[in-house]
Amino acid sequence: MGSLFRSEEMTLCQLFLQSEAAYACVSELGELGLVQFRDLNPDVNVFQRKFVNEVRRCDEMERKLRYLEKEIKKDGIPMLDTGESPEAPQPREMIDLEATFEKLENELREVNQNAEALKRNFLELTELKHILRKTQVFFDETVPTVSYNTSSSTATFKSRWRYGRRQMADNQNEDEQAQLLGEEAGVRASQPGQNLKLGFVAGVILRERLAAFERMLWRACRGNVFLRQAMIESPLEDPSNGDQVYKSVFIIFFQGDQLKTRVKKICEGFRATLYPCPEAPADRREMAMGVMTRIEDLNTVLGQTQDHRHRVLVAAAKNLKIVRKIKAIYHTLNLFNLDVTQKCLIAECWVPVLDIETIQLALRRGTERSGSSVPPILNRMQTFENPPTYNRTNKFTKAFQALIDAYGVASYREMNPAPYTIITFPFLFAVMFGDLGHGTLMALFGLWMIRKEKGLAAQKTTNEIWNIFFGGRYIIFLMGVFSMYTGLIYNDIFSKSLNIFGSHWHVNYNKTTVLNNKHLQLNPSTVDYEGEPYPFGMDPIWQVATANKIIFQNSYKMKISIILGVIHMIFGVSLSLHNHTYFKNRNAVLYEFIPQLVFLVMMFFYLALLMFIKWNRYAATNSPPYSAGCAPSILITFIDMVLGNTPKTPLEGCESYMYAGQSLFQSLFRFIALCCIPVMLLGKPLKIIQARRQANRQNLTGATSDAEVGMTNGTAGGGAGHGGGGDNHEEEELSEICIHQGIHTIEFVLGSVSHTASYLRLWALSLAHAQLAEVLWNMVLSIGLRQEGWTGGIMLTIVFAFWAILTIGILVLMEGLSAFLHTLRLHWVEFQSKFYKGTGYAFQPFAFDQIIENGGTPAVEGAE
Amino acid sequence: MKICGPKLSLCGLIISVWGIIQLVLMGLFFYINSVALIEDLPIDEEFNSVEEFYTAATSAYNQNAYNCWIAACIYVLTLLLSAQQFYVNSRATAN
Repeated sequence: MGSLFRSEEMTLCQLFLQSEAAYACVSELGELGLVQFRDLNPDVNVFQRKFVNEVRRCDEMERKLRYLEKEIKKDGIPMLDTGESPEAPQPREMIDLEATFEKLENELREVNQNAEALKRNFLELTELKHILRKTQVFFDETVPTVSYNTSSSTATFKSRWRYGRRQMADNQNEDEQAQLLGEEAGVRASQPGQNLKLGFVAGVILRERLAAFERMLWRACRGNVFLRQAMIESPLEDPSNGDQVYKSVFIIFFQGDQLKTRVKKICEGFRATLYPCPEAPADRREMAMGVMTRIEDLNTVLGQTQDHRHRVLVAAAKNLKIVRKIKAIYHTLNLFNLDVTQKCLIAECWVPVLDIETIQLALRRGTERSGSSVPPILNRMQTFENPPTYNRTNKFTKAFQALIDAYGVASYREMNPAPYTIITFPFLFAVMFGDLGHGTLMALFGLWMIRKEKGLAAQKTTNEIWNIFFGGRYIIFLMGVFSMYTGLIYNDIFSKSLNIFGSHWHVNYNKTTVLNNKHLQLNPSTVDYEGEPYPFGMDPIWQVATANKIIFQNSYKMKISIILGVIHMIFGVSLSLHNHTYFKNRNAVLYEFIPQLVFLVMMFFYLALLMFIKWNRYAATNSPPYSAGCAPSILITFIDMVLGNTPKTPLEGCESYMYAGQSLFQSLFRFIALCCIPVMLLGKPLKIIQARRQANRQNLTGATSDAEVGMTNGTAGGGAGHGGGGDNHEEEELSEICIHQGIHTIEFVLGSVSHTASYLRLWALSLAHAQLAEVLWNMVLSIGLRQEGWTGGIMLTIVFAFWAILTIGILVLMEGLSAFLHTLRLHWVEFQSKFYKGTGYAFQPFAFDQIIENGGTPAVEGAE
Repeated sequence: MKICGPKLSLCGLIISVWGIIQLVLMGLFFYINSVALIEDLPIDEEFNSVEEFYTAATSAYNQNAYNCWIAACIYVLTLLLSAQQFYVNSRATAN
């Protein structure tokens, strides 16, 4: 029966696969995910195995696919993850796949190259377009700006240019150059020998280089060139890396060829791209038109290239999984042994006994698919090795099992603490986290994650914190619900109490008493208290009892945590009985389980019992010796019991003992508990010595029946390593057994004291949580509430938002985390140390789901 | 119109819902003069007579109740605002 209480029964199987059918069979097993293969050639180098070649080819395909994937991601094409995974193709299809990927890759490379060239072209054209547009502005703009004197013979180059510009603007229909020349000639007639040709270059430069460029030009040409620039507002795409860059258009006017070469060199140095810019406005206009049409053409071409690239990529997106599967199959085949005839492969694998049927079915399917006639043979083998631990989990139990496995994977067929943890974990957490408000918030968060489970699981994120929260959604939900319950018990909702049933305490003081006294007490022995407790949880009156609320709650919570702890530990010890009976370990039942249980019950369950007796017997309304004042301290009573002290003389009219014969019972219990220690210490070793002697004697007489001895010794070994064979139990040293038993005993006896004390963390954390909640309310939310007048509403809105964020951040997240960790410790150390060894190793089946999810190479290590 | 991003609008949404529920309830509790909330009232420590204390406490209780409800109303506004923002953001991501 597959249950959560113990791990699955496993068996080692030998699998004979016909060479042709091996691939298909392993593929089927991979879909099933129930088989863990062992490496049968651990000494063989990875490069010397049989299917190295195929693995290499898969690697090559994977590399190509990774390239394609990268391109897909770059384009932002959604990779359709339909959740279904295609079956691994036949080995003969591998060549086709390889060819397809080769083609795809080449095609993509080509497309990419073309696209880049096209983009470069596009960039040039766009830049040219901008140049034409901007320079038009330069040529047009100067008319109104200049007041200029024609007769000035000392006009600077600049004003000369301006003049020229003005003329150009005035006579747009004429040839500018000619006009300019003519004009210049007119003005400069008195200065012969000067080169009157005014030339210009136009280009585009990166905006951040512009300042340096300008200064360089100025210095290199001694101020004899004139530079105009304008920013291109929209960013341009750099074709080589796809970045968005900002550029500026510039135009430089100069005179003479020398300057021209100099300017061109500087442009080159600054990586500015120069474009031919016709001088006549008509030409420019024509060119602009031409550029525009070319840009449009290019745009359509680019769009088509993009579409083509898109199609290529989409076609590639779904192939990734298949190749991973093929590779995993060949990796697995590499683990197998070839038999002498080379006709069949031999595999060894761990298999859950319950699933042998399904595995055989899968194998049959595999053979049918491969068209082979010889059925594969699945053979169960005898082994002395420890099988792996396999706990079948579902989405609910998975998180709890993970908590247990984080401490240590259970030994094979050991009691699995996970099912009990499902209840005790949220409960102990809630004892520390008890607050109705915070619990509600946590439960709502958990509930939301559970309701949106499918959608949230589909969007796989790498955010580790989110994944932890999401993985533990059922734990979070349960912790929240349990915290709501304990919050009701503690009567705390954001540190305030709810008065649902009406307090059972009443104030009977008259007005003058109330007015004249600072501190007033309600006496439970009078009519102040109804005599019946509040129906559910803490009485809300304690909310206003500022003087002794904490004192009262401390006493209550401390006792509760010890009682819960003792019950939890006794439960743990009784679980060890199930382990001992399952492994037929009679000695452990007699000399470990029984004395442990007796010790725990005699000492610590008695302590818990004393608390109940005290609660039951003593009341304020009783008369001495059972009045409130006479109630003895449980702690002192317990210390006296352990040390054998006679209690101090009680107060007048009281008694030092709670019930008749307490002293006698306590001495008896102490005696029994003490007697348990030597039994734990010596019982098992003595029994083993005796059994060995007997076995030796029988060996001498010839009758060999050491099966039973082997059994008892085997479990005595406990956590010691189980190597290969079963025979080395016999050789286990007696001294080792004794030392082991001694450590175990000391650990238990001292542990039961310290573990009981350790459960006090339930009290400490719950107190801290309640106090922190109260402080937060008084320090933050009260500010908003204590505002006088109508502005309070607005103030309250702001303060409430602060308080809400702090509540989530500090009380729910941080306190929740701390309570979670303490609960985890209580389970790992205090609870599991009573019965859990956790020396097993996990079952890692060969499953495609996991391989695809992890994306890496499959875990192929064998049982070792 | 987009003012805040998807995370901020979600945060505003959650706090608004929480604020509306809790503040309406708290207003109710102030209105019925809940003893548990007496420490949060804006009243003096010392009073000369019982009647004086009662009148001060009652008016403070009522005032706080109204303030809570005002805050709840403001949270209704922020709820609407963040809901609209959330809607805008989800539309933006969907496109």
